[in-house]
Amino acid sequence: MTPVLRVSDLRKSFGPVEALRGADLELHAGEVLAVVGDNGAGKSTLIKHIAGVYQPDSGEMLLAGEKLALRSPREARARGIETVYQDLALADDLSIGANIFLGREPVRRFLGLLPYVDDRTIRRETAALLQRIRSVIPAEARTVARLSGGQRQAVAIARAIYWQAKVVLMDEPTAALAVMERERVIEHARELASHGVGVIYIGHNLTEILKVADRIAVMFRGRTVHVTAAGDTTQETLIKYMTGYSETEKAA
Amino acid sequence: MRSLLRRLPIETYVISFTVALWIALSLATPNFLTESNISNMMRQTSIAAIVAIGVMCTIVIAGIDLSVGSVVAFCGVLFAQMCAHGLALPLAALITLAAGLLVGATNAFAIGRLGIPAFIVTLAGLQVYRGLALLLSGGMTVGGLPPSVKDFARGTTILPNLFWAMLAVGVAVHYLLRYTRTGRYLYAMGSNAEATRRQGINTFRITMVAYVLSSSLAALAGILLVSRLSIASPSMANAYELQAIAAAVVGGASLFGGRGTVLGAVVGAVLFTTMSNAAVLLSVDPFWEMVLEGLLIALVVYLDNLQKRRQSGG
Ligand SMILES: Nc1ncnc2c1ncn2[C@@H]1O[C@H](COP(=O)(O)OP(=O)(O)OP(=O)(O)O)[C@@H](O)[C@H]1O
Ligand SMILES: [Mg+2]
Repeated sequence: MTPVLRVSDLRKSFGPVEALRGADLELHAGEVLAVVGDNGAGKSTLIKHIAGVYQPDSGEMLLAGEKLALRSPREARARGIETVYQDLALADDLSIGANIFLGREPVRRFLGLLPYVDDRTIRRETAALLQRIRSVIPAEARTVARLSGGQRQAVAIARAIYWQAKVVLMDEPTAALAVMERERVIEHARELASHGVGVIYIGHNLTEILKVADRIAVMFRGRTVHVTAAGDTTQETLIKYMTGYSETEKAA
Repeated sequence: MRSLLRRLPIETYVISFTVALWIALSLATPNFLTESNISNMMRQTSIAAIVAIGVMCTIVIAGIDLSVGSVVAFCGVLFAQMCAHGLALPLAALITLAAGLLVGATNAFAIGRLGIPAFIVTLAGLQVYRGLALLLSGGMTVGGLPPSVKDFARGTTILPNLFWAMLAVGVAVHYLLRYTRTGRYLYAMGSNAEATRRQGINTFRITMVAYVLSSSLAALAGILLVSRLSIASPSMANAYELQAIAAAVVGGASLFGGRGTVLGAVVGAVLFTTMSNAAVLLSVDPFWEMVLEGLLIALVVYLDNLQKRRQSGG
């Protein structure tokens, strides 16, 4: 089966900083692939390439076998790649629905002339959607400003489900959350995968990673150094790869 | 009860305060509830509100436009000069509006493309356009305008024409903000510009919309002010930017962005006009009036701050 996403030998420098030095990745539909690595290993940089935020210096990306050369986040979204960002990127003063539909609002016309955003449809679809992902968000909450971190996460995930993403990128989705809410995000990630979505999940908490992931890729200094099925590995092994211990071991 | 009071939108307080002021004024002086005073206030409010509506749009995207007062003067002088030199009125008005549009596009370019903070760009504009107004008028009042110039602003169609002009502007901008995608993106950008960009929205275009609106409405206000005064002075509309910002903020616009309504800006403008009207009628020292207005602005910005902190606090 062709992977839904394949990244080969991606390289990227920011001035003197080599953030990616040959990153590889293979993501299948319906799986959660965790990406782990030390701070600054290049995890965020890697998924920002997939999200169209950065363009690589060299290397190749294929989406369902087709070449993926993105010039903007907009293009990424048009190709079915959604991102749930580390810093919970929602517009606080807008409603939940307005956030889910941001940039893709349905439009109708008064008397066939003046266009207007169809808020009724947005509200209806949002309510149905939140029910579908069994979210506990009060659908009538006026803006997202007062939602908890986990609820905001759920809004971003609802957005991905609604727009039928092929690939969802989650960068430390639980970083700012309380324990109970982390559990929910893990459920949401699993749920996305069960919808046939390929999920890339960046995290630091290995217990959580082993619980959420089907497979795990370890990055070290801008490179993918190890890929394993979650069932075949242990925290100790992962830490060895994350700290570069096994690389030095090999070299020795 | 206290929590109920807290939850009411700020416009509610401002409207109540303004109405209270009206009642107090009509009791305090027989000159308040006269037809001429009211229509005079309506004319004054309308021009102030048109400027405030434009500035409010820049505040919604978490920007600011400090140049509007100078743009009113510059465009007013430009318009007057063209009329004084015998250009047809509609053509002069059109050229003036185009000049306003250009000013806004320049501001938006400097802010959105060159990345200069809006505060700096429009502060520079405040100086530049006041200077241009002085240059264009030779530092003197431009008079001798054809009588037709003043027909519009002095005229009445049941209510003063200026009031209808404000209503038209208000309805149009309200429609834009409340019902169109562009309007929604203005609020989105003001709440979280990065998130908005990540959703594939062209934030430069949104910046353009906000600043072009602000400057074009200032240009329109310049034309209307000249029509009302039937002269143009390079020093007119002094400190209009402060009044406009204050009106928008008093009307619920947040200097942090993401919030603000046309109705709020209009209500704010009404309040400030009422205050200066009251000062005149009760012969309060205009210097005290400035002090009071300043304190009111500080109070409202403080409340805005409080609300923001409470919101991010959970
Ligand atoms: N826009 C940028 N400009 C310059 N350097 C950058 C930029 N983005 C990332 N870097 C650098 O690239 C390297 C990889 O950063 P990245 O954010 O991808 O790490 P990460 O694996 O996500 O780390 P963390 O776990 O801390 O989030 C770091 O050294 C970082 O400083
Ligand atoms: Mg990161």
